[in-house]
Amino acid sequence: MTPATASPALSSPSLSPATPDKRLRIIDRTMRLHGYASHALIETLHAVQEAFGYLEPDLMRYVAGRLKVPLSRVYAVATFYHFFTLKPPGEHTCVLCKGTACYISGTAEIFRKVEEMLGIHAGETTADGKISLMTARCLGACGLAPAGVFDGTVVGNLTLDTVVNKLQAWRSHDADHRESAGDRENRNRCR
Amino acid sequence: MTPTAPIAQKPRTDVNPVRIYTLRIDGRDVSGREDETILTVARQNGIFIPTLCHLDGLAERGACRLCIVEIQGSPKLFAACVTLVKQDMDVITDSARIRDYRRKILELIFSERNHVCAVCVVNGNCELQDLAVKLGMTHVRYDYLNPPQSVDASHPRFSLDHNRCVLCLRCIRVCKDIEGASTWDISGRGIHARIISDLNQPWGESETCTGCGKCVQVCPTGALSEKGKSVAEMTKRPQFLPYLQMMRKEAEI
Amino acid sequence: MTLTIENLQEIAKTETDAVESYRYRINVCMAAGCLSCRSDVVKASLEEEIRRQGKEKACLVRGVGCLGLCAVGPLIDISPLNVTYQAVQPSDAPEIIGSLTGAPVSRLLLPADQPFFSRQKKIVLENCGIIEPERIESYIAAGGYEALYQALRQMSPRQVIDEVTASGLRGRGGAGFPTGLKWTTVYKARQAVKYVVCNADEGDPGAFMDRSVLESDPHRVIEGMAIAGYAVGASRGYIYVRAEYPLAVERLRRAIKQAKRLGVLGENIFNTPFAFDIQLRLGAGAFVCGEETALIASIEGRLGRPRPRPPFPAEFGLWGCPTLINNVETLANIAPIVRRGGGWFAGIGTEKSKGTKVFALAGKINNTGLIEVPMGTTLREIVFDIGGGIPAGRRFKAVQTGGPSGGCVPEQFLDMPVDYDSLREVGAIMGSGGMIVMDDGACMVDVAKFFMEFCMSESCGKCAPCRVGTTQLFGILERITAGDGSIEDIDTLKELCDLVGATSLCGLGQTAPNPVKSTLRYFENEYTAHVRRHHCEAGVCAMGKAREATT
Repeated sequence: MTPATASPALSSPSLSPATPDKRLRIIDRTMRLHGYASHALIETLHAVQEAFGYLEPDLMRYVAGRLKVPLSRVYAVATFYHFFTLKPPGEHTCVLCKGTACYISGTAEIFRKVEEMLGIHAGETTADGKISLMTARCLGACGLAPAGVFDGTVVGNLTLDTVVNKLQAWRSHDADHRESAGDRENRNRCR
Repeated sequence: MTPTAPIAQKPRTDVNPVRIYTLRIDGRDVSGREDETILTVARQNGIFIPTLCHLDGLAERGACRLCIVEIQGSPKLFAACVTLVKQDMDVITDSARIRDYRRKILELIFSERNHVCAVCVVNGNCELQDLAVKLGMTHVRYDYLNPPQSVDASHPRFSLDHNRCVLCLRCIRVCKDIEGASTWDISGRGIHARIISDLNQPWGESETCTGCGKCVQVCPTGALSEKGKSVAEMTKRPQFLPYLQMMRKEAEI
Repeated sequence: MTLTIENLQEIAKTETDAVESYRYRINVCMAAGCLSCRSDVVKASLEEEIRRQGKEKACLVRGVGCLGLCAVGPLIDISPLNVTYQAVQPSDAPEIIGSLTGAPVSRLLLPADQPFFSRQKKIVLENCGIIEPERIESYIAAGGYEALYQALRQMSPRQVIDEVTASGLRGRGGAGFPTGLKWTTVYKARQAVKYVVCNADEGDPGAFMDRSVLESDPHRVIEGMAIAGYAVGASRGYIYVRAEYPLAVERLRRAIKQAKRLGVLGENIFNTPFAFDIQLRLGAGAFVCGEETALIASIEGRLGRPRPRPPFPAEFGLWGCPTLINNVETLANIAPIVRRGGGWFAGIGTEKSKGTKVFALAGKINNTGLIEVPMGTTLREIVFDIGGGIPAGRRFKAVQTGGPSGGCVPEQFLDMPVDYDSLREVGAIMGSGGMIVMDDGACMVDVAKFFMEFCMSESCGKCAPCRVGTTQLFGILERITAGDGSIEDIDTLKELCDLVGATSLCGLGQTAPNPVKSTLRYFENEYTAHVRRHHCEAGVCAMGKAREATT
């Protein structure tokens, strides 16, 4: 048994003292801002996810030690809230809204097709690590249903074609092509 | 610091003498202190209210909903374990409506995971089984969900069988509040909620578990058990809890 | 230096003068809806075009909040011409700027006399689409923070609460609890430390009014919170906002910073002993955190699991202190009530539901977007006049209100005035104000299944009836929509609905069966058609397997 909180596992590359990670400083700053109080746990996990893209076990251990929160509680919080992910996300993320308005407007169908096309389910990443597929409860963009978020950009009035084109552009991985495809879509989408 | 609801707070008897209320439970006149729950007062008077998540000596959760009672004048149902008594309250603990609801809740709990008594280590010594007998639940009319659940036998002395877990969270509470280790918590939510130790590690690899075994003793079902026990051989001894709590209070003074 | 009313007036005057020094003000909607149609690019191209045509002195381009009609974004509005353009593209910029002096660009023109605009009455949304949400000066120019001044300098906390009570305002988060009563309870609590919490965890799928208010007019919520803090005796506030609303979060952060810098937040506000500070807390994707006790647990950094009430948060809330929790829209109503008096507010609406309500129109309706109407407006007016009716010539079937806790209101109630009580009577609830319109292409069993799936995966798992009950309900609905249901399944549905509703611990579980109950109430024939004839009238449910077996 190793003492859990006193010395967070230093084997992790991101926590190794030899190569201090800049991203760690963001996390430290968040915790300092809240006086290392245990109630800053969710805020800190937000910071971790923003900096690293997901909640790595060693980082959860690190946060637990700093905030003096039991390991089990960090894990509980990290899995209770669906915004947090314990798996590294793909290069690109496609979030499809499954709110009521989007459902009525047919996201379910789009979603089925996308799952088929990528061969993954919601919350998973393609084997090549390129695309993560997620669902959102409601983006609050119901006026533009069906809506989705592609790499952080909210896109409304989706059709199966626009989604498939976007994903195919990501797959083919040609940066220029991706850009132009994105712009073209935007124009089409907004008439 | 996590605040607990006032039920758990110590009344300041030096400033305010505790008030005693008189009330009726199932038509009987009874009296209870203002900081006591309906459940406590009912039990003092020998009135049976079924419970599952409640355990003397642990903080209340009000979660299993088996202790629901009616209070005259309100259409709502109240969990007896977390509802404080009030003057002139008229409580009904055993109406046809309540019996029906309790039985159905129990059916839901049985339908959630795999509760096959015949092959269970606590067969004959199980609180869930006892409840089924007491509430007259003979069969489950809902679909068995039976999700695939694992067994964690990595601990040298104990084992954890998620199939038998009813998520009463007694293990979590005893570990956090009495042992002070907080090894256990719950991952996920809803129907996917599951007991985990530390960062979802095998129990045997937990860095925080002291191996005290309190969680095993308070577990109402066969989810947590001692190794080496065969079918129907495991008995639980949660009696240490009220004693432990009383002695700790002594020590504080 | 502390802020005085003169400072405030001066800021307002400078801002108004600055804006009015331009002959044309072009307001581009920069709320999430239009932004997702690239309104930021439209704004940039308009600015560039103005530079190119050398009209910098005459034209001002401002990024404003939501103009309401999200369906045809990006929207721009040009004052003083009173012209609104819809679906504007960056390439339209030269034509728009060129036409300022002449006739408007007719192909982009949005008819100004549309009932969508003329039938609304705006209180909460009065500044939306008019002020710049990212600049506090713009809010002040619209009379912002005057109500706070008035409350702090001319009224006692008791008087503020009296105004709110007199207004008859009821909680806009869904349950409709009288706001004045809630404030009084917290006011009367004797502890020294109290909190004000703004519930911006808008979890109902289909509701986006809180997002829009926060994105379009964040200072209004901050002012409402500060007034609430003064009234109940709290000096610290938290805004709990969904992490799914990054733009709202960003604008709130900026607004709080500006308010602190100016001195409308902080110590000695308006030279009084009153101090108030606001912190932002991000939700992390849990619908149940809209429930008060779960929200408190989440702010405390814990799992968002509700606890039994009483004690209510007004007595025992955040960190055990008395806590006032109000929804965004409720707080957005406070400044106008203080400024114009509770009596004015009570003059709007119906007998038991005062004021206006913001509704988010979505689904199968022409004018999707955000509207604000007086309480008591009929559904027909909302759906057909303001909402423009059902697209593609299809037939209205039902409108779903109140999200996963609400119900479906069928056609026969179209002429019902909408308020808290009338909706409850027909088995729906006001909820936060999402209205999803459904046409005859919607299968009500499928809709019920959709909401049950939602409740099942949002259930926190604490109490058994909700955790297992919603899962069982979903299983049965799934079976019925797959064509494998039996007539007994409908009885089991009813039985479980009753059980889960009566015995669950918190509001989520207690109301989770509502969508099933209300669809069973009005559309039971669809359920029976699914199980008896394996037929889905709307053609939504893929009942292929069962049908093949029977033929």
